[in-house]
Amino acid sequence: MSSAFFQNIIRFITLILLQIIVFNNINLFGYLNPYIYIVFLILYPVNANRYGLLIAGFLLGLTMDMFSDSGGIHSAACLCLAYLRPFAFKVAFGLSYEYQTIKISKEPLVKQIVFVSIAVLIHHFVLFMLEAFSLALIGKALLKVLFSGIITLIFSLLIINLFSAQKK
Amino acid sequence: MQQIIGFIIRNGLGLLFLLLLGCSLWLTVNHYSFHKSKFINSSNAISGTVYSQTSSVSDYFRLKKDNEALYEENLRLKKLLLNEENSHLIDENAAFPDHTIQVIPAKVIRNSYRSQQNYITIKGGEKQGIKPDMGVINDKGIVGFVEYTSDNYATVLSVLNTKFQTVAKIKKNNHFGTLSWNGKATGFMQLTDIPRLTDLKKGDTVVTGFSSKAFPENIPIGQVESMFLDKKTNNVTLQIRLFNDMTNLNYVYVTDNLHKKEIETLEEKTVQDE
Repeated sequence: MSSAFFQNIIRFITLILLQIIVFNNINLFGYLNPYIYIVFLILYPVNANRYGLLIAGFLLGLTMDMFSDSGGIHSAACLCLAYLRPFAFKVAFGLSYEYQTIKISKEPLVKQIVFVSIAVLIHHFVLFMLEAFSLALIGKALLKVLFSGIITLIFSLLIINLFSAQKK
Repeated sequence: MQQIIGFIIRNGLGLLFLLLLGCSLWLTVNHYSFHKSKFINSSNAISGTVYSQTSSVSDYFRLKKDNEALYEENLRLKKLLLNEENSHLIDENAAFPDHTIQVIPAKVIRNSYRSQQNYITIKGGEKQGIKPDMGVINDKGIVGFVEYTSDNYATVLSVLNTKFQTVAKIKKNNHFGTLSWNGKATGFMQLTDIPRLTDLKKGDTVVTGFSSKAFPENIPIGQVESMFLDKKTNNVTLQIRLFNDMTNLNYVYVTDNLHKKEIETLEEKTVQDE
């Protein structure tokens, strides 16, 4: 229990640092960045306490908001992802997920892609809608959801599979 | 009472979600609606330290480019100075009696330009004399306003922020307008409320106006790129191409008008007396 707790804290700090030092400076095509820090919420233990997940998600978003001066948009996006995560599990892995421990990196790639896509879509949709904050800019925000979402998906899958390769 | 407790226990997860979502939406709305009422920002010690460490590493990769930029700026200033009589005799520490503009050096340790609400974090805070509402410029033009300060760091509201607004004028004929950003392209800003009959050409230079209290007068901003007529007000909106590359900032100067308070008090008094 406590080893899983420390593993989560280390993952939290590593992903935040990776995000702000490396991935926030990628600027693909001028303004697209992958938001890989949400891998933390994807890899959070499946059967863990959902209250804990909500609070962890909120703290993760709040830390990102602090580093990027963005009010509370990352907090809101992470919170929605943390709350809706069981729904994404149900869609990707079927109803039986609750009764067994799923290791995401050991699942077939297609199921991984479905699960991570849903997670990224929820997070990016809330994030960029709140960022645009006005209807005039909604078109640009939707394009950002799409393009930024695709590169986040690619990088997240890479990170998930690299992280687990180390532990084998 | 029992029913209420039961309800809370049964729907605890949803309630916690709504509570935390409320918190983050409140932070967001607060951040977007009011100038300077921020609870979470990157001028604190943790993110300040992380960003200044990162920037001390990345500085090595741009040493050559920065040197060239500094050399060019030096050259321009030398040209001005050497054409002035006895300029080399001025004692640097002498107090200038008519000295109203204060300049404090600072360094950008984080820059953002991708969202609609962009902020810059600089190394330099209250200990260096930086206070909220001061202007931030560099050798090419304006950068933003100081928004929030801590001991050693400050956050700057970038010109690329839809909340940013300042007074600017066309250099050749002194017509004033309001400069702001529509949140679209990083290289362009919009100058609104210019009277329709103003003589304008593509390529005219736009500079800061004298009634903008944070910036000194005649700091360059950009060039007129194109113009549109606003049919409702019969005023012209100008698309301004910025001189400054906002995606590439390093050393900046924080400026303050020492008479700002005096001007503001006087203006307030005038309005009250009416």
